[in-house]
Order: sequence, then C-alpha cells, then structure tokens
Amino acid sequence: MTINPDWYLALSVVLFAIGALGVLVRRNVLVMFMCVELMLNAANLSFVTFARMLHDIGGQVLVFFVLVVAAAEVVVGLGIVVAIFRRRTNATADDLHLMKG
Amino acid sequence: MLGAVAAMITAATTGHASWVDVGTFAVSAAIVLAGAIGVVVARNPVHAALMLVMTLFGIAVLFVLQQASFLAAVQVIVYAGAIVVLFLFVIMFLGVDRTEDIAAEPLRGQRPLAIGLIALGTTGLLLLGQVSHWTTGAPHVAGPNTGAPNVNLLGRSVYTTYLFPFEATAALLIIAVVGAVVLARRPPATINPIDEESDPQARIGGPDATGDLVAGPGSTTVAPTSPAATPSTEPEPATAEAVTEPVTAEAVAPEAVTADAEGATTSSPATGNGAESVTVPGSHHEDLP
Repeated sequence: MTINPDWYLALSVVLFAIGALGVLVRRNVLVMFMCVELMLNAANLSFVTFARMLHDIGGQVLVFFVLVVAAAEVVVGLGIVVAIFRRRTNATADDLHLMKG
Repeated sequence: MLGAVAAMITAATTGHASWVDVGTFAVSAAIVLAGAIGVVVARNPVHAALMLVMTLFGIAVLFVLQQASFLAAVQVIVYAGAIVVLFLFVIMFLGVDRTEDIAAEPLRGQRPLAIGLIALGTTGLLLLGQVSHWTTGAPHVAGPNTGAPNVNLLGRSVYTTYLFPFEATAALLIIAVVGAVVLARRPPATINPIDEESDPQARIGGPDATGDLVAGPGSTTVAPTSPAATPSTEPEPATAEAVTEPVTAEAVAPEAVTADAEGATTSSPATGNGAESVTVPGSHHEDLP
C-alpha cells in the first residue's frame, strides 16, 4: 500500500499555485512560459493521482494528451517569442502594447 | 521543520505505507517545490530553465511512485529532453540570458495583490479538500488501472477508446510544426512598420540597395538573414550605409535593379522608385533555388 493520495493532490495544488503566481508576477515572457509548464505539470500530477484513486487508466491517457498539447503550445509560443524579439530587442510583457487601443 | 516532516510522515503512514514510499515522496515533493520556487524567483532565465528540469524530474519520480512508469519515461524524454532544451535554445539564440531586474514593479500593488489572491485560492482549495472528498466520480470509465503492465493498459486505451483524439493529436502536431515554421521564417521583403518608424532611411538606403544588389542576386538572398541573428545590431549597418552613400544608392539602384529583375524574372514590374524596385527582386529571388 502506498501513501495517501491526498498528499499528492495537496502537492499538486501548491505547485499549481506557484506556477500561477509566477505567471502573474514575472515579466519575462520566457519565464512566464516556464511557469505555464509548472501549472501543466501540476495538472498532470493530479490526473495521475486521480487515475490511481479511481482505478482508471483514463487519467493517465489524459496526461499523455496534455503532454502532446504542451509540446505544441511551447513550439508555437516560442515561435511567437522569436518573432517578437526579431523586431525589438527587449521584450518583457510590458513592452508588448502594440495592439493597445 | 523536522517536526512538520515527522508529523507528515506519521500522518501519511496511516494507510500502512512503507517507509521507503514515504521517504521518496517527501524528497520528491521537496525537490518539486524547491524547483518551482526557483523558477519563479530566478533572475537569469537559464537558471529558471534548469530549475524547471529539477521540478520535472521530481514529478517523474512521483509518477513512478504511482505506477505510471510509462508516463514517467515520457515526462523525462519529452519535457526534460525536448521542451526544456527548446527553451534553452531560444534563450541562447535570442541572447536574453542576462539577469533581469526582478525588483522593478511597473504596476503598483500588483504583486501583493497577486500573492494574496493566490494564497487565498490555495488555502480555500486545501481546506475544501480537507473537509470534503477529492473524488466522487464513478470508477472504471476507460478500463482498470491494474492487472497488466502499465504500457499495455495505456496502449490499449489509447488505441481503442481514445483513438480519435489520438489521431487528432497528429493533426495538432502537424499544425504546430507548420505554425512554428511560418512564425520563425523571416518574411522576404515585407514592409516593417516598426523599423520604418524608427529609421525611415533604413529600407531605401539599406544593404539591399547599395552594393549587394549590384553584386548579384545571390547575395540579396543572403543579406537579409544576417541581421536576424543579432537584433541589437540591426540598425547600425543600415544607417551607416544610408549615411555614407545615399546618392549612389538612388542613382545606381534603379537601373541595376530593373536589369537584375528582368534578367531573373521577366514578369517583374520595373518601377522608377528605388524602394519599390528593391522589394521586387528580393521576393522573386526567394523562390528561386
């Protein structure tokens, strides 16, 4: 018997909170992407824990798809970052107000 | 600190858990949380990426602890091996691996507000999990979790129950690859509004119009890509050439450009303006092998 799943879920909550805090606080676009990855990993951990709690493989399959979507998201997001950095040298999130009305 | 750890261990061992499991979970959780905090507070993006690797490895260990061994392998290979490497590649490529002034706060009161809201939400969620049940759903929706090796179960579920999402995943990856290529590719000779605002002479008297175009079509395809690697030094050669020989650019460029354009593609319009005629052979030469 392994340890109580509640601890995994509590850890997942804390990890998600740290990731969300990083997205809100940091200004570097790349670090914000990394914090999004932290939030995705917290969701993955809770999915695996639920798969164990419910004796269902569906949670692990969902983690599989989350991994794929995260990879695609990182590829497109970093492409956008590269396209932004090509036009301006210093791209914090505050500088990207080109479409501001 | 030690008291909290001891209390956690005694609370966790109520379900007849072995000490190995509890110790592994405690160490992995500490690694995960330390890495996550490191990502948020690191000033250098490279350090943040390495802290992210630490968190991902901790998550992989927690996957192994919960009998998700295939996902642990995928976690290490895809996340730590591909995604973080992509992050590091972009950081190095853009040259942003310098420390950021983390104390600067453009929005007054935004950080305390964010911390307060996050703490409130986290506390509420943890208390909610404490007083109620985490899961109330029906078990066995997509097949049991035990009884066979993990890879067998996962593969059978992916290729039977979740076959259509799996196929859609392939389409998603193709679209992502095409989107990344389109985004990262430098457009041939489109007008850049930001560059025109900052330096209006950069395009007319730029490196396309002065010497490179006269030298031949081969050099024009090479020339626009070279400033892309170093964006910080982009305006300098353009302004330098614009200052030194603007007259020769205006005088020499139209004949050379029209001759060049007609030699390469007969359908290209030969206009008198230097700025417009520069854009035409650039876009046509892009298609040539």
